[in-house]
Amino acid sequence: MAYEVNGQTVECDEEGYITNLSDWTPELAAVIAEAEDIEMDDDRWEVVNFLREYYDEYQIAPAVRVLIKAAKKSMGPEKGNNKYMYELFPYGPAKQACKIAGLPKPTGCV
Amino acid sequence: MSDVKKFLYVNRKAPYGTIYALESLEVVLIGAAFEQDVALAFLDDGVFQLTKGQNTDGIGVKNFSPTFRALGDYDVQKLYVERESLEERGLSEDDLIEVVYEDEDDDWEEKPAIKVVSRAEMADVMADADVVLSF
Repeated sequence: MAYEVNGQTVECDEEGYITNLSDWTPELAAVIAEAEDIEMDDDRWEVVNFLREYYDEYQIAPAVRVLIKAAKKSMGPEKGNNKYMYELFPYGPAKQACKIAGLPKPTGCV
Repeated sequence: MSDVKKFLYVNRKAPYGTIYALESLEVVLIGAAFEQDVALAFLDDGVFQLTKGQNTDGIGVKNFSPTFRALGDYDVQKLYVERESLEERGLSEDDLIEVVYEDEDDDWEEKPAIKVVSRAEMADVMADADVVLSF
């Protein structure tokens, strides 16, 4: 499988996670989001950027529980909760947002 | 819940050169995501997994040592490091990365998760675990 961005082909696995993490660009994120039927807005970008920073610091994509805990710490309780995250990313904030953020599938995510 | 089993993951190998160290950490993260009671033990060359300033540029693999610092987010609060193993390798506690967790019972204060213990204390840690997985 692959995504098409500005005439460039970006490889991904059968579930849609990109193969080469350095291929990621914000334009690609928008293309992946579209394939997931998600329209990117400021709130969703905030989560995606947060995940990329988390990966940068710890070299892992966090599990949902950990994402929500960490988001609560940095974005506050009105955003760091299950309801908010699942409204933004209905198929799972860790799974879907990580895919859009160009990260691997979270460890422990089935 | 009183029937949560205590899992102890024993790490005895250097971080790179074999896949054991990374696989152990992955299993720990999965176990912790399912809210098991998880503790880690580091002895023999395993103590090198926690050393500061790892640089893997020359060997073309990912430096996964920053991931240990995420363990606090996963509620892993016990990383036991054997003092004798450190000393035999010319290392001390100061050579190790910092791993902290937030203590729920103490106003979420950040506390160090790494505990340096003697060989005899390590034996007690192992005896106390319900399940010991060796990597």
